[in-house]
Amino acid sequence: MKIKPDIFQAIADPTRRAILTLIAIQALTPNAMAEKFDMTRQAVSKHIKVLQECDLIKPQPLGREIHYHFNAQKMQEFDHWLAQFRKNWETQFNQLDQLLSTIKEQKK
Amino acid sequence: MNNDLLFDFNLDKAAKTVYITREFNAPQALVWDAFTKAELLDQWSAPAPIRAKTKYMDFKVGGRRFYAMISPDGSEGWAVQEYTSITPKTNFKMYNTFANKDGDRELPGSEWDHHFSEQNGITKVSIAIFNESLARLEKMIEMGFKEGITVNLNQLEGLLK
Repeated sequence: MKIKPDIFQAIADPTRRAILTLIAIQALTPNAMAEKFDMTRQAVSKHIKVLQECDLIKPQPLGREIHYHFNAQKMQEFDHWLAQFRKNWETQFNQLDQLLSTIKEQKK
Repeated sequence: MNNDLLFDFNLDKAAKTVYITREFNAPQALVWDAFTKAELLDQWSAPAPIRAKTKYMDFKVGGRRFYAMISPDGSEGWAVQEYTSITPKTNFKMYNTFANKDGDRELPGSEWDHHFSEQNGITKVSIAIFNESLARLEKMIEMGFKEGITVNLNQLEGLLK
């Protein structure tokens, strides 16, 4: 079974984070990426594959070349999940505040 | 309620870890109990309207807590926490996994580390949650997420009436 790479795995790699930062500013071809990061074309292809498989970047053919764009929507989805997680914790901790103050009152 | 109490929430993507820090206006021993005793945990550890129900809990190294998160519609999501390290009143670590209703665990899980400290009657709790994958983190949030949507829609309905 083939397991789809996960955003965590994709962005855990410093080179891939650098690629994302760069193409968030401007779409780039694999050759341009290889040049900027002083990497082989093969190494770049590997990173592109991972980033594309988890929808963080999108290809757009332009003439004979392919430019890769940053998919901001995917990042927003991720932030959305995280915001929800934070909200859940806030709710729980407010509940805990109440519980602690109730127990403190009872002990008085 | 004291609004000056610290609440800090951060995700370190590279470390795949969520860091949560919160202060409570209560002594350390009491806050420790709220995190380590089933009857107290059940009163706060699920975001309303979801509630937590502990089936059993054995708070010792190697011991487990088997509990459910119950939605208002009655659906239950089960999980198992296994305690991997305990230093009374100051630190405990656990391995959290989803489970079926019989308590069979679905690996992999997430690693939780809790630190407690007190200063001037205020107790600070720092939690680090390590998840191997984002998919795992998403699953952890999923139930609360659905609830959040339901609650918001209900509020909207109320407004439209």
